Amino acid sequence: MTIQQIDSGMTAYQILDVEGNLVGAMPKLSTERILALYRAMHLGRALSNKVVALQRQGRATTFGSLVGQEATSVGLAAPLQPQDWLTTSYREIASLVVKGVPLSTLIYSFRGFTAPYPKETHCLPIQIVIGTQMPHAVGLAMAAKIAGDPVVAVGVCGDGATSEGDFNEALNFAGAFQVPVVLVVQNNGWAISVPRARQSAASSFAARGPGFGVPSVLVDGNDLFAVYDVMQQAVERARSGQGPTLVEALTYRTGAHTTADDPTSYRDEADVEAWRAKDPVVRLQRFLIKSNLLTEEQNQALIDAVEAEINRAADEALAQPVPAPDAFFDYTAANLSPRLQAQRQDLLHYATHQQNGRR
Amino acid sequence: MQMTMIEALNSALSLELERDQRVVVLGQDIGVNGGVFRVTEHLQKKFGVQRVFDTPLAESAIVGSSVGMAVYGLRPVAEIQFAGFLFVCMNQLVSQAARIRFRSGGVYTCPLVVRSPYGGGVRTPELHSDSVEGVFLQTPGFKVVVPSNPYDAKGLLASAVADPDPVLFLENIKLYRSFRQETPEDYYTIPLGKAKTVQEGEDVSVFAYGAMVPVALEAAKKAQQATGTSVEVIDLRTIWPLDEEAIVASVEKTGRAVIVHEAPRAGGVGSEVIAVINEHCLYSLLKPIERVTGYDTPFPVPGLEDYYLPMPAKVLDAIKRVMES
Repeated sequence: MTIQQIDSGMTAYQILDVEGNLVGAMPKLSTERILALYRAMHLGRALSNKVVALQRQGRATTFGSLVGQEATSVGLAAPLQPQDWLTTSYREIASLVVKGVPLSTLIYSFRGFTAPYPKETHCLPIQIVIGTQMPHAVGLAMAAKIAGDPVVAVGVCGDGATSEGDFNEALNFAGAFQVPVVLVVQNNGWAISVPRARQSAASSFAARGPGFGVPSVLVDGNDLFAVYDVMQQAVERARSGQGPTLVEALTYRTGAHTTADDPTSYRDEADVEAWRAKDPVVRLQRFLIKSNLLTEEQNQALIDAVEAEINRAADEALAQPVPAPDAFFDYTAANLSPRLQAQRQDLLHYATHQQNGRR
Repeated sequence: MQMTMIEALNSALSLELERDQRVVVLGQDIGVNGGVFRVTEHLQKKFGVQRVFDTPLAESAIVGSSVGMAVYGLRPVAEIQFAGFLFVCMNQLVSQAARIRFRSGGVYTCPLVVRSPYGGGVRTPELHSDSVEGVFLQTPGFKVVVPSNPYDAKGLLASAVADPDPVLFLENIKLYRSFRQETPEDYYTIPLGKAKTVQEGEDVSVFAYGAMVPVALEAAKKAQQATGTSVEVIDLRTIWPLDEEAIVASVEKTGRAVIVHEAPRAGGVGSEVIAVINEHCLYSLLKPIERVTGYDTPFPVPGLEDYYLPMPAKVLDAIKRVMES
């Protein structure tokens, strides 16, 4: 008998290297589509920076930026069709944008108000409790399978979530029921201040796949083409009845956890710089310029246009009226009990005393 | 037809599966085995493994995946094998199922029923007997239903499945097979949120639910025999939201109230009923309200559980105390 430590030996799949050179086979994407995805990455970054700025001005609440993770966030949503479902944490705002959630809706939500996503986007609201959205994705996929619909569900979480029971239970359900789901771990190196190494002794989170009987893949999360390619395959596997896939995307949170966090107290700036050199947006930009798909001028024009679009969306979100003081009674239940109706009246009676709390 | 509560619940689930293609039934041992108490017996054979299926042993994912299925448009009826295990999936129940409508601004809803056996008196191992319902009074978005007899169980479960919001449906283990009752084989519903006066009376109102309803009725009978006291017994049936109108109307009539539950005393349904009376009809009271409940200890080991559970003699004493002049 031998007790052994099995090393999965997985290495991250890559198509574009850090310099923007092709080192693998390009996924089938038109130039137009590549440029649209590149633009979506800029939108994700500009949206993050805008909301952080609004928070600093006191016009948005605590917010977690996605800067550094744009390739994963865009690439994981890009292969999805309108009828496909997406359940995310708070970090995947670019995925929501790709899926069709309006920028102004997201910004309005970060002002601290309920902002319903359009139903046809098939996105659940961002999840706050870590890992919790993963069983939801599996349940959506179970329902699609029961209904016989050609629908895929994607659940996304971070590296910290892999330590949660819900992540592992979701992975296990996905395998046991062979449902059309793709579970994505966006490994950005940090769970607030706790480094990736503290979450697990395993060499990768993708290596958990075999233990659950779920095929898995490790991918360079800062390489849009690689993330897209892996997700495209996983989504089509799911849609064609071949079951679930676990994807681990290796990326890095170059910013703070949220606007309430100061990462300089727990990590070395040199490490962050090393990851900035692998920036996903810059990497794709280098490829596009080298390949003559984009000129420097066009690139600047694109960045300016994105900036303007974000500013317009922010203006729109800031101009949207604040909800009525008693709006949080809405949607507690289909029908409010007499007790809740009375409590609502109580709130309205005292609402004029509470103007300071509203922005 | 004369049915036990088990048979009535089975009949309700069978009718739901028949009437509505969106209904699915899931949980541990609910398939081939028909549930550890046989509530789901033969359902898998009748409706297939696609709609009636066993899951891996993971409470949080049972509820979490049910949330996903409910959002998608199905009507999942999930079983958590014993209510003592509900704490394993509290996040999915309280922070997820009960808040999907709220969080999404009404875009998504979660029409989910979680069934779970609860209650003591049948010598089960630790954490198989606990009454946990009090916790769910602080869970906005959830309804909590506790039937006390086969007829109500069937009609209330039908309403729970039809409800647009999540419902926790607690089934008392001791009542499962303790008696049969005439129960229609056809479909019918009993509205959620409505208490039932099981015995009218003039002198004192006794509020109970689940297995404490027969206990209250026995005490009421003894009070009538011993002192001629006319006891009104009200089965709350839905404990959240409470039927405040029924509580207040009864207390305004009798002027005296006793509340009986086997759950711990502190912060539970009894406390809330007292608060309702205090807020709406305090000056109707002729005597302070009495509570007959479990103790504020963990539910005891099986060999001692009978000392914990409220018994008719104890309810009778409470009735006598509120009747003292």
